[in-house]
Amino acid sequence: MTMMTRQKVMDQYFMDARHKLIDIAAFLDRVEGAEGDEDFRMTAFRDAIKHLEDGGNDRAKDVLMAFSDPTEDPIAKAPGKGACGAWPGENA
Amino acid sequence: MRFIEPHAHMVSRTTDDYADLATSGCVALCEPAFWAGFDRGSAEGFRDYFRQLTEYEPKRAANYGIKHFTWLCINPKESEDMALAADVLEVIPEFMDCPNVLGIGEIGLNKNSRNEVKVLEMHVDLAASHDQLILVHTPHLEDKHKGTRLILDVLKNDSRIKPERVMIDHVEEHTIGMVLDAGHWGGMTLYPESKCSPARAIDMIERFGSERLWWDAACDWGPSVPLAVPRTACEMRRRGHEEALIEKVIFENPKAFLSQSERFQL
Repeated sequence: MTMMTRQKVMDQYFMDARHKLIDIAAFLDRVEGAEGDEDFRMTAFRDAIKHLEDGGNDRAKDVLMAFSDPTEDPIAKAPGKGACGAWPGENA
Repeated sequence: MRFIEPHAHMVSRTTDDYADLATSGCVALCEPAFWAGFDRGSAEGFRDYFRQLTEYEPKRAANYGIKHFTWLCINPKESEDMALAADVLEVIPEFMDCPNVLGIGEIGLNKNSRNEVKVLEMHVDLAASHDQLILVHTPHLEDKHKGTRLILDVLKNDSRIKPERVMIDHVEEHTIGMVLDAGHWGGMTLYPESKCSPARAIDMIERFGSERLWWDAACDWGPSVPLAVPRTACEMRRRGHEEALIEKVIFENPKAFLSQSERFQL
């Protein structure tokens, strides 16, 4: 368990969390204000955001899982070296 | 404050970083073999790199009073080329008796392909047959959860592997539980954008306890912070944690795991 009281958590981390939340809001405004279509990354992003309203203490884990490849078997061949942050789907 | 930086790619860093690490209390660091940012053309390129890790970099670190240790492998990012991987695996034993080599690493998976799994199995066999410690790299971002499961399966399938002699690095909230449950050690990598922030790394210590866990900066040529470990220790202090617990995470735990190699002497 955390050593901190809820008040201390607020005092130590609220401004940082507020800053990051506004950045996310601005990112969504930027995406929706831009021309063109979204891709699978925004689909995963919107799905991940839903977990912020969950109760309990597994939000970070649930958000990470929302971006994760849910399949179990190794793929036939690596398509490249990089990762993009969200699973594009089996037919990508 | 004294600490061990258990994962740093110092070939990518300047001597100023060595100076900063020493000034901050770093007494030893460990440098796993990794991908240089571009593919090497042959096993000879790896031979040169392994010489750099075992001959040159320890001297560079010693100039700042830091002990330098290393791990050898072909990184999973280059494992799709099976012929190259086989050639490099033949070179590695030439360096296994070097005084700063702790084991095989950082091996693992990148995109979770069949060839990557085969090369991982070859590395695990090499480590087991030479009684070496293992340092594992888990994949990035969307590939991490699946890759961590596949890696744990490979390790479990080799009966010679003792879980407590394997460090699984780059764990996050969705993988830390399965790594600890399998009896391995877990590393949290403190990166500015991906992997773990200092706050999340401390959250995981508070939630999962401090046994078989360490923090590392994994500083390399990408966005990374060589002083991430002492900075996170400072944040842990701000939360009110005891000095003994902080020292356990940043010094005693890495010392305990790494001391399973008789070469790790401070």
